Amino acid sequence: MPSALPLRTRLAAGAGLAVSELSRRVGAGEGSVIGGRVLLAMDGGALARLAAGRTIALVSGTNGKTTTTRMLAAALETRGPVVTNSTGANLMTGLVTTLAKAGGQDAPAVLEVDEGLLPKAVAGLQPSVVLLLNLSRDQLDRIGEVRIHAQRWRAALEGAPSTTVVANADDPLVVWAAGLASRVSWVATGQRWRLDAYSCPNCGEQIEWDDSGHWACTNCSLARPSPHLALDGDDVVLADDRRLGLALQLPGWANRANAVMAAAGAEAVGVHVADALAGMGVVAHVAGRYQVVSVGGARVRLLLAKNPAGWAEALDLIRPAPMPVVVGINARIPDGRDPSWLWDVPFERLRGRLVIATGDRGRDLAVRLRYAEVEHRFVEGYVDAVRAAGVSDLDLAANYTSFQDARRELARA
Amino acid sequence: MRDRRVSIALLYPELLGTYGDGGNAVVLAERLRWRDIDADVITLGAGATVPTSCDVYLMGGGEDGPQALAARELSESGALHKAVDNGAVVFGTCAGIQVLGTEFANPDGTPHPGLGLLDVRTVRGTGKRAVGELVSEPLVDGVPTLTGYENHGAVTHLGPGVRPLGRVVHGLGNGGGDASEGAVAGRIVATYMHGPALARNPALADLLLSWVVGSELAPLDDAEVADLRAERLRFIRRRRWRRDR
Repeated sequence: MPSALPLRTRLAAGAGLAVSELSRRVGAGEGSVIGGRVLLAMDGGALARLAAGRTIALVSGTNGKTTTTRMLAAALETRGPVVTNSTGANLMTGLVTTLAKAGGQDAPAVLEVDEGLLPKAVAGLQPSVVLLLNLSRDQLDRIGEVRIHAQRWRAALEGAPSTTVVANADDPLVVWAAGLASRVSWVATGQRWRLDAYSCPNCGEQIEWDDSGHWACTNCSLARPSPHLALDGDDVVLADDRRLGLALQLPGWANRANAVMAAAGAEAVGVHVADALAGMGVVAHVAGRYQVVSVGGARVRLLLAKNPAGWAEALDLIRPAPMPVVVGINARIPDGRDPSWLWDVPFERLRGRLVIATGDRGRDLAVRLRYAEVEHRFVEGYVDAVRAAGVSDLDLAANYTSFQDARRELARA
Repeated sequence: MRDRRVSIALLYPELLGTYGDGGNAVVLAERLRWRDIDADVITLGAGATVPTSCDVYLMGGGEDGPQALAARELSESGALHKAVDNGAVVFGTCAGIQVLGTEFANPDGTPHPGLGLLDVRTVRGTGKRAVGELVSEPLVDGVPTLTGYENHGAVTHLGPGVRPLGRVVHGLGNGGGDASEGAVAGRIVATYMHGPALARNPALADLLLSWVVGSELAPLDDAEVADLRAERLRFIRRRRWRRDR
């Protein structure tokens, strides 16, 4: 904790961290929520004070926040220590406890931020760089309109003239959200999800894509900006057409897209793209994602997907048919209470294999799979679900709280 | 056996498909195929010419901007009006019920003209957004309790030209204080049960299909859906029991 802080903030940070530690010791969880609440109750303005003088990078978006944060932290760690909220504690309480715990003021902070909190975090932290990954439908019951996020991001970034924005040029909602920022580094990720951006966020008219991935509004001037960095297969293409190879341990297009966004973020704070990419190669799994756990002789790889755009990518990663797969679905508050989105996921792609449906809302999934003509069974409990698959090497894909339940139950088994 | 294929038009899924509403097209088509009746789903993106000859037209939920765009396109082409005159079945959910009506609310609260196919008028609600499980006792014959999920901030008033689809047992429904849910007029059915309402309510799906096919349909094995419906209704009973104590 920096000694230059006002006494009140130091006391608040000390108390918050003590409570956080106590909560962790009694096994009540990571402790950042309760500790953060104590801290903020004692000093409501702690966020700005704890951040003062530090280089701050924020990462937000619907999908890829935790992984991109980890990658950007790994890229900056090539230079020295980095402060980061690696457990995904991305609300105000998590941000303040992460900063309160941080050591030397010289260490940059890489912070994952919830989409809804980003405007407040930008105003409070005055970040050097903000990464805007993507915006798509997620938690429909709570948020209602994904465009509200884009609108609020846009206003917040207009009011942050000292911030460099790294923005996904292939997501019209993100491009519009970054539209009033003073400095933008555009990144072409090759994003394929378009369902949430057919109508222009700027004027409401239609957006059209051509075969090369270029897009433009048919009415106003909103169009794909020309990118500073682009992902092309396994390469990052620089503005001068030089190519750098990605060497990631994490699989799939989505992680390559996360890596190129993180590389642009690292570049914005002075790390060369090549050094940043080399640094990310050490990341093997992130908060349990892609981790392999052993259960009664079976090796289970854990995949997380939280919403239709995330599932579209996860279905590409799952081992091909006829290998069975376990799919877990919950609809608790962090997942969104409404699993209607199951019908936006192309589960038809799982045909030709057995799918074990599980989780609180495994029955909703079973009905979805029936209409997708995918062979399936509903099995309660993750250990039994893995057993029912009847193979020794398999994937388990689940949404947020189902993933956490699966991780916990399989670790205990 | 019918001598021709059943065509199901899914209207503007990119504008009216926020909540997995495209699932209703899958449900209808599969329930026909399982009975050896050929079915085609015709997905009509924004800007596409809407044919007037389809048997079923589906409209889903959407955000305010896209909803207005969809209403304007359909109103300019007049295709849905012609199809309805030809006897087509229309099923609208969420934004669908609003667009089918005479008017709905713009984001700023001002009225936007609807298609006028249903005698309903939608205004912006003044209370909290209706979000959660929705259960109604249907007022159409042969269909058991309807179960679904609602998420809307509007109030829909029914005119004399329609009757409600159901009476609300749990949730808000149309929100006008009369416990009505949805609206029916002729072969046009609309509901606030958004998303794949027909997946959870196969009897309603079969009712719409029987209008197209012109006869009763052979029963299907809906045991899995029955399990899901039972689980959802149990969940609501538990919640209500806790709340009432």
